[in-house]
This record gives sequence, C-alpha cells and structure tokens, in this order.
Amino acid sequence: MIIEFGLYALVLSLATAIVLSVLPIIGARRGDANLMAVAPVAALGQFVLVTIAFGVLMHAHLVSDFSVANVWQNSHSLIPTLYKVSGVWGNHEGSMMLWLLILSLFSALVAIFGGNLPATLRANVLAVQGWISAAFILFIVLTSNPFLRIMPPPPEGRDLNPVLQDVGLAIHPPLLYLGYVGFSVCFSFAVAALMEGRIDAAWARWVRPWALAAWTFLTAGIAMGSYWAYYELGWGGWWFWDPVENASFMPWLAGTALLHSALVMEKREALKIWTVLLAILTFSLSLLGTFLVRSGVLTSVHAFASDPSRGVFILAILVIFIGGALTLFALRAGSLTAGGLFAPVSREGALVLNNLILTVSTATVLIGTLYPMALESLTGEKISVGAPFFNLTFGLLMLPLLLAVPFGPLLAWKRADLLGAAQRLFFAVAAGFVIAIAIWYLENGGPVLAVLGMALAFYLMVGALTDLWLRGGFGKVPFATALRRLAGLPRSAIGTAFAHFGLGVSVLGIIAVSAFQTENVLEMKPGQTVEAGGYVLKFEGMQRGQGPNFTEDRGTFSLSKGGTSLGPISSSKRVYMARQMPTTEAGIRTFGASQFYVALGDVMPDGGIVVRVWWKPFIVCIWFGALIMMFGGFISLSDRRLRVGAPSRRAKKAAAPALEAAE
Amino acid sequence: MIRRLAFALFLFLSALPAHAVNPDEVLADPKLEARAREISSHLRCLVCQNQSIDDSNAELARDLRLLVRERLKSGASDQQVYDYLVSRYGEFVLLKPRLSEHTLFLWGAPALLALIGVMGLGFFAASRNGRRKAVALTEEEKARLQAILKE
Repeated sequence: MIIEFGLYALVLSLATAIVLSVLPIIGARRGDANLMAVAPVAALGQFVLVTIAFGVLMHAHLVSDFSVANVWQNSHSLIPTLYKVSGVWGNHEGSMMLWLLILSLFSALVAIFGGNLPATLRANVLAVQGWISAAFILFIVLTSNPFLRIMPPPPEGRDLNPVLQDVGLAIHPPLLYLGYVGFSVCFSFAVAALMEGRIDAAWARWVRPWALAAWTFLTAGIAMGSYWAYYELGWGGWWFWDPVENASFMPWLAGTALLHSALVMEKREALKIWTVLLAILTFSLSLLGTFLVRSGVLTSVHAFASDPSRGVFILAILVIFIGGALTLFALRAGSLTAGGLFAPVSREGALVLNNLILTVSTATVLIGTLYPMALESLTGEKISVGAPFFNLTFGLLMLPLLLAVPFGPLLAWKRADLLGAAQRLFFAVAAGFVIAIAIWYLENGGPVLAVLGMALAFYLMVGALTDLWLRGGFGKVPFATALRRLAGLPRSAIGTAFAHFGLGVSVLGIIAVSAFQTENVLEMKPGQTVEAGGYVLKFEGMQRGQGPNFTEDRGTFSLSKGGTSLGPISSSKRVYMARQMPTTEAGIRTFGASQFYVALGDVMPDGGIVVRVWWKPFIVCIWFGALIMMFGGFISLSDRRLRVGAPSRRAKKAAAPALEAAE
Repeated sequence: MIRRLAFALFLFLSALPAHAVNPDEVLADPKLEARAREISSHLRCLVCQNQSIDDSNAELARDLRLLVRERLKSGASDQQVYDYLVSRYGEFVLLKPRLSEHTLFLWGAPALLALIGVMGLGFFAASRNGRRKAVALTEEEKARLQAILKE
C-alpha cells in the first residue's frame, strides 16, 4: 500500500509540475500577479510530493521489501544499512529519482529565496524549472518506474553490485547531481531572461551564486568519484578519460567558464550574450551526460542495465530542451545590447582567454567522446579515442590556461599593465622553480620535464598567494594593518585565491604522481619483503575472513621504514555471496601527501601470490586541491556583496542552503 | 545483441579484479620492458570498456601484452609493433587514433576551434572599435564641450 502511495505522489508531482510549467508564464505575459504567485507554491508542492515519493522508495529499500522489483534487483537483506540507503540510487530508476529530487529541491530553493527577483523573472524561471521537472517525471513514470511490484514477492534480493557497496556510493552521486542539476537553475534563468528579452548586470548577480554552488558541488562530486575509482578499482589509476567521467567533466569545464564570464557580466556588463549562451550550454552538457550514461549508448560501471526506449526518451528531452533553448537564443540574442568596453590586456581580457580555452577544451572532450560513435555510424569504421588522446590534446590546451591563471586577478579591469603583473609574479615563478628543483632532487631525479611541471604547480600556488599579499599590502604597510586589510577583502577575492591555489595543489599531485610513481609487480611468499618509496613491505600471510555478505582472502603485510615498524597494511580479495562476484580491496596507507598502495593479484601454483605495490608520491594533493577549490567556492558564496544590497537579498539565502547541505 | 554483449562484458569485467601485468610476463631487459609498458598503455583491450591492455586483466589483454613483448624481443621498433597490431586488429586497437582522412577532424578540432575563437574575438573587437570611433566626439563637439565646461 505504501508503495502505491509513493507512485501516487510521483504522478501528482507530474500534475503539479505541469501546472508550474504553464500558469506562471501566462501570468508573466498578462501581468497577472495571481497567476505568477502560483509558481512558488507549485514549486514547493512539487518538491514535497517528490520527496514523499523518494522517501517511500527509500523506505522500501530500508525494510527490504522485495515485492518491489527495484528493491529485489538491487538490494539484499544482509547488506549493511548504509548500502541499503545508498543502494536507492545505485540503479537506474533510483538514480533518476535522485536526479528529480535534486531538481525539485533547486526549484524549491528558487521559490523560497527568489523573493526579491522581479516577479515576472521569478515566474518564468520557475516555469522553466517546471518544464524540466515535468519531462523527467514523465520519463520516470513511463520508462523507469521504481515502484513496479512483482508477484509473488521473492524471498531474497539479488544484491547491490559489489563494486557499488562502498561509502563512495553514499557521497559521490548526491554531490555530483547537486552540481549537474544545480546548473539547471542557470539554464532556467537564461531561458527566462531570453523570453523577457531583458538582461543586465543584476541578472548575472542573481545567477552567479547558483552557478557557484553548482560548480562547488560538481567539483566535490568529481573529486570524490575519482578517489573512489582510485581505491576501489584496485589498479591505482585516478582518472581514466572514461566516457562517463567525461560526461561529468564537460559540465564542470563549461561551468568553470560560466563562473568566470558571469563575473565579467556582473562587474562590467560585458559578455552578456556569451554568458547566457554558456548558461544554456552548461546545463545542456549535464543533460547530454545524463543521456550518455542513462541510455546505454556508453556501457560502463555507471550505466547499470540499459534500455533503448529510455535512450530515445532522454534523447527527445535533450533535443527539445537544448534545441528549444538554442533556438530561443538565436532569435533573441540580437536584441541584447552589448556592454562595457575593454582593452585586450585587462581583467576582462584574461577572463575571455579563460573562457576561450575552457570552451575549446570542453569541445575537445566532447568531440573525443562522441567521435568513435559518430564515425562508426557514418562510415562503419571503428576507432578508439582513449586516455593517450585526451592527455595530449587536453594537456596542451591546459598549459596556456594554467600559465595565465595567476595573471588574471592581478590585472585591472578595463585596461591593465601586463608587464607590471609579470614583475609582481616574478617571485611566484622563481619560488616555483626553486621548490620544484628541491623536490626533484629529493625524489632522486626523474624526468626533467617533471621540474617544469612542478614549477608550474608551485607558480600557481604562490601566484594565488601573491594576489592576497599585494591586496593586503604586506611588506608596504605594518603587518597588523596588512592582516586587517586581508580580512576586509571581499570574500570573493579570497575565494578566488583559494580556488586558484587549490588548482595548483591538484596540478602538483598530478605531475608528481605521473613523474615519480613507482610500481612493482611481483610474486610474494610469506616472510618476503619488497621496497618502495623508501618503505619496506613484508608479506605476513593470508587469512580467510567473513563479512556480512561476502567472504574474503585477506593478505596481511607489515610496513616499516629504516627499521621502525609502521604497523600493518592489508589488501583482500572478496567474493560477494549473492552475485558470486569477486572484487579487490586495495590496501592504502597515507604518509603526508603520499600513499603506499598494495593490491593482491592471482594466487600462483607454487603457493605464492602476485602482489602489486605502488608508491604514489603527492597523490593526495590531487583530491586535496579539489577540496581547497571547493572551500574557495564556499567562501566566495559567503561574499557579503551576495548577501547585502539591493538585488542580493535572494542571493544571500542562496548561499545559506548550499552551506547547510555541505554539512 | 550489442547490448547483451556489452552487458555480458560488463559482468565479465567486474567479475575480474583488475590486475594487469603479471610477474611472469615481465621482460628481463628493463629498457625493453619500459617500452612494452608504454606501448601497452596505448593499446585498447578489445573486449573491455575503454581500458588499455596495460590496465586490463582480461585473457585477451594478457595475450596482447605477450604479443607486444614478443615483437619487441625480436627487435621490432615501437612503430612496427603498432603497425603489426593494427594489421591484425584494425585501427580500433589504438587508443590514440592515427591521423588519417577520417580522424582529421578529431585531431584538427582543438586547433580549429581555438582559431575560430580567436578570429571571432578579433572580429568582435574590430567591430567594437569601429563603433567606439563612431561615438567618439568630433572636434566640433569637443570645442562645444569645452565651451560649456568653461561657462
């Protein structure tokens, strides 16, 4: 009975979304305040109904109600409660429900905190959110109903895919979707503005917090996914240029561009048309990613089971929304007036360069991801586009961008002095090289290119700090004054510095681990030792173990350095009972920013076991850098200019829920 | 059919804990082995999803790894190894596609797009400048402005 109640709630939410899609727009056209006032009520109602439906599904998973097909296929009575909860979205239907829940959440947030938007803009924005919601609820009800029953109910479930039985599943998809779907608000703002044909700096100020919040969550989601793949897949890789990863990376790249162009628009009223286009493109890439992953066009761990009818449905959603928005853009863009002028060398110019490179990078990833599919359907020829292609092209594109990053904040608006900025960054460049050479020496040499790469990373970090140093006036005014000035800086400037610093930290991790990682594959017997990164690993032996829903062979090792014992480290091979599916659990120990990574391989006929041992110097920096970027995003969200002042009462609150959600 | 195959592959893939190179495959000569690893990371495991044979644990990947090493031992250059594998398995085996008529757009796209972007910006700036000159004050207007300011 409760299951059917969930389905009713879902269908009712469809009705609500349809009301939301139609009435407010009519109201905005006619200037009818009553009709426009429907928007926030409908958006909140839709959110409540979707939450009920989602809650019902979660309840079914929690109590292991195997009469529900979705629970039967993706859960098991023995799995720990955490996986019963996260298993809700560890499958196609449930992940679409999560998508919808977060979409409805964002609509509700706009409804609650949009109080001081112009009435027509708010009505139109919410209506566009309503269209997207209606399309996705329809998709769920028609092709992916999570509430289908099976009779008679099976006694036991078929278990959650063991690869997904990890705390990562509880964190990665919600964060990723908060980012992915968060960009829908920017999309809705863009479409609403185009419908009204009016767009100004205030629009950018309203959009920027949403873009910032979505970007921050997406950053966290991608980093979390990367770390999860790193420890779960057991071969020590952290980014594979897998089509599914690319699907989440493209909105991130476009969203990063959007953040920067919205800044120009807010401060200087320039790049209006471009910013609107980027807002549309960013969410279009989110939709495209959803299509690529959900349709089964790409098969991967993320695709779960796929079904062509679903693919066609999402493709239709994709075509209608992207096509519609771009058509509207083409019709209306001409009527938008251009804004402030600027010289090529200026803050604006730097941000345009940022946008140019990020957009070309996004397009490169997009083309690389879709090229094999397109070529095969056009010519029948099969080719692969994999990591080596992306590393080369994307790497080359990133190089000028990374070099330019520290310059951006140092340049003045309108017209700037490039030479002056270069002089001020001299210390950053010098420091970069000195630290890089020192590390290179400590790591006993290695490729010479690594020095350049690491110098770049430290230049980014010191460059970000240089901006704060100069703004505070350190070295020119007394230290206490400088510190006070620093504290008085706009939060967005501090957020920028953090984000750029974090980027440098991530680059350091990537360069260091690529250049200095050591790998050792060998057969070990109990008592044998192997050395990596200055640490000595001793194989102690194998033990059988038993988990709640798996059995495992656990290899125990002990780690020491210079004769000092550093305790045990273990890696195991598990077999999950319900699916008889083996997985490898890597053994990881963190020392500073570096990690020691052990994974078990096959047992050899003579009783030894294959062991893979990696020393991964500075690898933690990759994700730690992303955390710093995310932190920068939150600091920037708390900027008082987004909280106080005429158009920003709404923006203040936009920042608050984002912070709550992060806790 | 493809879907079922893909699903089977998915199960197959996830059914195997991922280990790549095994100790018995490693060549005695470290230089040769390093070359083998580099080549392996550029070759697709044909039965996997977007994995190189260096990362994959599939039987076929192992066969290909051994094949690469055999070729290297017999004195083949990197290019010859790639050519040999392409002749056997087609272009599909290369994770970094070769430049050809059909991949021209793929390889050219980044540069082309960057060029279009720069040209677009240049065009935009030029038209902006044109407009700016048009709105700049004429000598006559400047004189009038001076006159007004003096009043």
